[in-house]
Amino acid sequence: MIKLTTPLKEEELLKLKAGDVVYITGTIYTARDAAHSRLVKLIENNENLPFDIKGQIIYYTGPTPPKPNKVIGSCGPTTSYRMDSYSPQLLDLGLKGMIGKGARSDSVKKAIERNKAVYFAAVGGAAALISKSITNCELVAYEDLGAEAIRKLEVVDFPVIVINDCFGNDLYEIARSNKV
Amino acid sequence: MKKLDLKLLIDKVAQACIEANCFVNDDLSNKIKEFSELETNPLGKSILNQIIENHKIAKEEQIPMCQDTGVAVVFLEIGTKVQIDGDIYKAINQGVAKGYSEGYLRKSIVKHPLDRVNTQDNTPAIIHTKLIPDSDKVKIIIAPKGGGSENMSFLKMLKPADGIQGIKDFVLESILKAGANPCPPIVVGVGIGGNFERCAELAKEALLRELNDKSEDSISRKLEEELLELINSTNVGPQGLGGITTALAVKVNVAPCHIACLPVAININCHAARHKEVIL
Repeated sequence: MIKLTTPLKEEELLKLKAGDVVYITGTIYTARDAAHSRLVKLIENNENLPFDIKGQIIYYTGPTPPKPNKVIGSCGPTTSYRMDSYSPQLLDLGLKGMIGKGARSDSVKKAIERNKAVYFAAVGGAAALISKSITNCELVAYEDLGAEAIRKLEVVDFPVIVINDCFGNDLYEIARSNKV
Repeated sequence: MKKLDLKLLIDKVAQACIEANCFVNDDLSNKIKEFSELETNPLGKSILNQIIENHKIAKEEQIPMCQDTGVAVVFLEIGTKVQIDGDIYKAINQGVAKGYSEGYLRKSIVKHPLDRVNTQDNTPAIIHTKLIPDSDKVKIIIAPKGGGSENMSFLKMLKPADGIQGIKDFVLESILKAGANPCPPIVVGVGIGGNFERCAELAKEALLRELNDKSEDSISRKLEEELLELINSTNVGPQGLGGITTALAVKVNVAPCHIACLPVAININCHAARHKEVIL
């Protein structure tokens, strides 16, 4: 069982390969379409981001609201390709991990390789199961975005699969090339 | 004439929104279990088992199976013997707002597609209405539809000469293009015929069908079987990571069309495949 803690360290990421099942413990930041658009505007205006991105993981998700006395609602991944135009800039600034689902563009894959970062997939639609690994949830920025706000999650053994490792391997491409 | 109780309708719609999102339908749950036994890719098998575990947790805790509790797509059938004193569309929307609030579901609708300000209550619903002659019932099917699968919709105006092979090629190329994005294993709705907009509706209506049913029309039935086999030979697999479980079912709905046209539409349901029926 491969366990990773945050902030992600390059020497740990270099040991991962596409297809590895990994359990993440530590901090994960949530952001999706609308938040990414705002983050990239900040970068273009040379302004600080609402959190220190170096070594961190962004999880593409918009959770359901929590029931009373619960930390978070259901919280599975949204489809990553919609964030493709934003990710290279974040990776170049030090983002080390992304969690979502679905294949990334060539420009994101190149940014992953040059920055020695990793893209992970969580199981789409297993949102209730995934929420069991989330022990705390705090709003960080953009409350007006509701489910699309940036939140800081504390997680224990959050299950993911390595899709794009630091070396250019892509699990979706590997799967496609293995015919049934 | 039977008078429709709009207050009851609001409550029933609200309840259906919550149930559709938290409790997987039996036909789908059984299909996933069947395929999890047959799946040859170990990672694919593990993913299917996680989905089964997810259904269990969602049901026990009454929380949504997926965080994308979707746009409320509503199929409304109004019997012509029903008397409606009031605005049934407003009532349906009130029911959706109530269900999405009381059920702790996600509010995922923006009012204008370009300035994109959230409506905060998951309305408006998208409502398709049909009048049913000689009926004194109102039937409402709530079918929450997530954005990920919906983004993987396809429509093409084929030529009649393209024929069945053209349809198969289009469906296959679309499923491959969609890949992991619609959250396989999927249910594939194919609409053939009608016109541009009716074809798309046919594809979505196809997703309401019971998973083990078969088309009455023999051409559609054969196409459903052949497409399922073709799709499950692509090795897209659970979550696009390889395997034989790409589609749980393919449903083909057809309608008459123009002599110059062969419209084909594909609408995909993820493995939540949510739809709940209310009859008033």
